[in-house]
Amino acid sequence: MSWTKKILRVNLSDGSCTPEPLNMAWANEYLGQRGLASKYLVEEIDPTCDPLGPDNKLIMATGPLTGTMASTGGRYAVITKGPLTGAIACSNSGGFLGNEMKNAGWDMIIFEGKSPEPVYLYIEDDLAELRPAADLWGKSVWETDDLLHQMHQDPLLRIACVGRSAEAGCLYAGIINDKHRAAGRSGVGTVMASKNLKAVAIRGTKGVGNIDNPEKFFQAVNDAKAVLAENAVTGQGLPTYGTQVLMNVINGVGALPARNMREVGFEGAENISGEAMHEPRPSDGKPNLTTNAACFGCTIACGRISTVDKNHFSVQNKPEYWGASGGLEYEAAWALGADTGVDDLDALTYANFLCNEDGYDPISFGATVAAAMEMFENGQITTEHTGGIELKFGSAEALTKMAELVAHGEGFGLDLGLGSKRLCEKYGRPELSMTVKGQEFPAYDPRGIQGMGLGYATSNRGACHLRGYTVASEVLGIPVKTDPTVTEGKAELVKAFQDATALVDSSGLCLFTTFAWTMDNIAPQIDAACEGDWSVERCLEAGERIWNMEREFNKAAGITGKDDTLPKRLLSEAVKQGPTAGQVNRLDEMLPEYYQIRGWNEDGEVTEETRQRLGL
Amino acid sequence: MQRSLHIDPLKCTGCLQCEMACSYHAEGAFNPSRSRIKVFTFHEAGRFAPYTCTQCDEAWCMHACPVEAITTDLETGAKVVSESKCVGCKVCTIACPFGTINYHHVSGKVVKCDLCGGDPECAKACPTDAITWIDADWTGLDRMRASAEKSLAGVAAS
Repeated sequence: MSWTKKILRVNLSDGSCTPEPLNMAWANEYLGQRGLASKYLVEEIDPTCDPLGPDNKLIMATGPLTGTMASTGGRYAVITKGPLTGAIACSNSGGFLGNEMKNAGWDMIIFEGKSPEPVYLYIEDDLAELRPAADLWGKSVWETDDLLHQMHQDPLLRIACVGRSAEAGCLYAGIINDKHRAAGRSGVGTVMASKNLKAVAIRGTKGVGNIDNPEKFFQAVNDAKAVLAENAVTGQGLPTYGTQVLMNVINGVGALPARNMREVGFEGAENISGEAMHEPRPSDGKPNLTTNAACFGCTIACGRISTVDKNHFSVQNKPEYWGASGGLEYEAAWALGADTGVDDLDALTYANFLCNEDGYDPISFGATVAAAMEMFENGQITTEHTGGIELKFGSAEALTKMAELVAHGEGFGLDLGLGSKRLCEKYGRPELSMTVKGQEFPAYDPRGIQGMGLGYATSNRGACHLRGYTVASEVLGIPVKTDPTVTEGKAELVKAFQDATALVDSSGLCLFTTFAWTMDNIAPQIDAACEGDWSVERCLEAGERIWNMEREFNKAAGITGKDDTLPKRLLSEAVKQGPTAGQVNRLDEMLPEYYQIRGWNEDGEVTEETRQRLGL
Repeated sequence: MQRSLHIDPLKCTGCLQCEMACSYHAEGAFNPSRSRIKVFTFHEAGRFAPYTCTQCDEAWCMHACPVEAITTDLETGAKVVSESKCVGCKVCTIACPFGTINYHHVSGKVVKCDLCGGDPECAKACPTDAITWIDADWTGLDRMRASAEKSLAGVAAS
């Protein structure tokens, strides 16, 4: 089984917490986590609802492998209608919360309505109740986490909460668990705060059992762990350098965007790379990186735990930032660094701490600052708007000041909290927003990696690398090498990555395992844990079903094929220098074929035939 | 050869595979809250430390027990709690200087690491060799070798 087969429904409007059985018919079609929670959301909310209104719901969901000994089996996800995009949003997080939810006996928590007062949800196994959070409102993630542990006198409590940025309405606020793991993208934290829900504190002691076939399960899990350990990326690259192993690689192939994606290639990449995080600092002889760290059950351990140099301008006289905490991942280092032109590793680490401390997405934040910097350069934004700050590309002082303003929801930070799309519209330069469906790009330029352009354009949650990471194939050669500069075959590649990813995100496993695992490694683990026959084919079909269901939700929310596009800059301004000089993204060569392969019509709508085939 | 659990905190990543393996062996479910080995996170220092019973020879818990429920497994050296004898008085939990024997409210007995009868699951599950199962008489061997290597460098330099 490995599902607990029980979900918790929390009605914030009337304060009730009600257990109900998991819909197993749906679990058999959508597995868990992303897929299953999306099914609940699609069935239960009006797709046209205001994402920040009481009619939206927010679901926290685990997968069937969450809380088991499967490597990386600790993931949980937050599913809701996103305020940044108006599309379905699913944000995935590691850390230790998912396991605790499962151990308390819950597959999923559905939050609906809106509380009249700030509250937090307290769960101790079967006990689930809303408690007043007036004393927590206005506090950072870090303070809230400490306060809840103190109040409950329970160091083993696991906590997810929102920070001050979410309370202030920042549209890309996330939900942070264990102080520095994040359901980070698409503004899921903004939705949580809009419901006056400050935190979820869980203590679970029931255990995760009921593995359908324990013998087969341990065999599959141990085989798969050996594959991770022996693989160069998951066995060496990720533990040593984290995702930051990519900074120099992606820059080297001419796919690292810089300065609001005006340029490709960043001259300061080396200074902010995974390798640089290992270098001893001149001031104290210590490297930026303290250690690598694992999320629950993970045998890769790619997490970064870092410190900022005590003498750095950003933390001078601020001892609260002198300790170790969640360090830079690649996407954050790119958005906070290359995209803003800042190559000061300590400044980026400090800004990243602030993103964790007050719960906002460093990708969207960095990209929004980058757009603001371009508008500052062009004169649409001036020091009058920024409170006197010279918002120039390359300024570490400006970056860290902006990070503080967004964290605290103050001054120009409120404008930056709108995200790139709304900010650029507000200041009259909508074409400078580097977004798809309202969400900011991550760290791979689609002019240098063609397939990623199609993936971004068709992603169900806006620009995102975690919906179909064809970088694996186009750059790293996983599972097979394809040429990043050609468009041929990319439609098929993107679809395959999108469907497989949707299934991995529904299992409780981490997507990073797919640097080493294929569905041949993943399906046997699911199959042994869950009742019924979960073959590779069934897993991939479930993935495709999930993708199409999300697509149908977005259509009903008013998002159509016309939104399957990229900013003009990426389609018409060629790369000026480096290995990909002269390239633009040739989306038009890929999109029609993609629609066809998906079984959609020319306008990108799911056809009746496809709906029937997938049982939608 | 008698073996001993050996813990190197610097190798630990905090993944809790050991806690899952321990609880599955002891309780039949992945349940870190019932694990006999615990991994502690020191967030500000960026460090992790697995910790469990060291199986003292003159064990405080064993001497404190008024009903002689704790005995030595002569083969492994483990101090083992007899479920049928334990009356749940908790005196051993007070006596232990390390906190590694604890009461469980459901069973009404105390639980502690028993070295899984000589094949500890935590060591098998650890992906980084932070927990190993080595010769009990030579737990210092690795550090001794490292020191020897350093002394060799000194000789070469002179």
